Amino acid sequence: MGRVVSLTPVLLFILLAFGLGFSLTNDPSKMPSLLIDKAVPAFALASLDEDGRGFPSADLRGKVSLLNVFASWCPGCRAEHPMLMRLAEKGRLSIYGINWKDSSRAGERWLKANQSPYARVGFDENGRVGIDLGVTGVPETFVIDRSGRVRYRHAGPLTEDVWHEIFEPLLARLQDGSS
Amino acid sequence: MNMILRMSGCRVLLGMLVVLAVFSSFAHAVTPDEVLQDPALEMRARTISQLLRCVVCQNQSIDDSNAPLAHDLRVIVRERLVSGDTDKQAIDFIVHRYGNFVLLNPPMQLDTLALWGGPALFLLIAAIGFGRYLRRRSTEQATETPAALTTIEQERIAELLIRRNST
Repeated sequence: MGRVVSLTPVLLFILLAFGLGFSLTNDPSKMPSLLIDKAVPAFALASLDEDGRGFPSADLRGKVSLLNVFASWCPGCRAEHPMLMRLAEKGRLSIYGINWKDSSRAGERWLKANQSPYARVGFDENGRVGIDLGVTGVPETFVIDRSGRVRYRHAGPLTEDVWHEIFEPLLARLQDGSS
Repeated sequence: MNMILRMSGCRVLLGMLVVLAVFSSFAHAVTPDEVLQDPALEMRARTISQLLRCVVCQNQSIDDSNAPLAHDLRVIVRERLVSGDTDKQAIDFIVHRYGNFVLLNPPMQLDTLALWGGPALFLLIAAIGFGRYLRRRSTEQATETPAALTTIEQERIAELLIRRNST
């Protein structure tokens, strides 16, 4: 009994060390998306180029796709843009865009100046569709599977590292149709 | 002279009050165009906004935050209230999109057990430890009567007393 009591501080220390160690690997500012494995919330956005057809959420069904939320005022979006362009050129999956909390003129000008990697671009002026998606900032990228469900959400610019570590294996699995 | 001094003192005080009044209106981020006509609804919206964390800055409520997204969420809360939502329904609308993370007052549930129960657990451990310490001390005191003085010690005391009395 006495031995157990004298070991208590050591045991508490080990417990605390593990707890703190776990916290180090755990970024508290990262907010997990609530949409994982859930259907994309229905939306019907006007398209940015005003071609009249708009961008309904039904467009996301039937194929594996990326849904990228961006804005012309967002430096991170500029940073990830070349990455999206390379993906679009490979043409292995469709990339959809949502122009979030922007002005349509600024958004259009931005896409003209930088080229568009998007199959369609919805214009979410008041940000409500973004809020339905749980967007906390731009850029954010969602992986959508064939049935129109969200399978992954990445907050922040897409980088090569993120792409190789997370997106590529996930997309390969989804495109195989195994899950 | 004294009169003038007192006057300027008054002015300083007045100036400070004005500055305080101006800045206290900036203490929350609600802009005039957000404010609802109905003061009762506006009160409820303010209360709800103070419970919701801004998802951009994360350590401010949406009531305090100047972030554009916080503004949008404040407007949404007000829209929900105007459309007849209860406070809980309005809060749930936001929680449904951003998760429990946005609640500055997290709910008691399985994954927050450590958060809510942790302090009580530490208090309990400390109380048990302190209780054990107290009990051990009191039993030690009860059993250990100090040993009687040896003859050498008694002689030394007598010697010291004699020396003190003689001076």
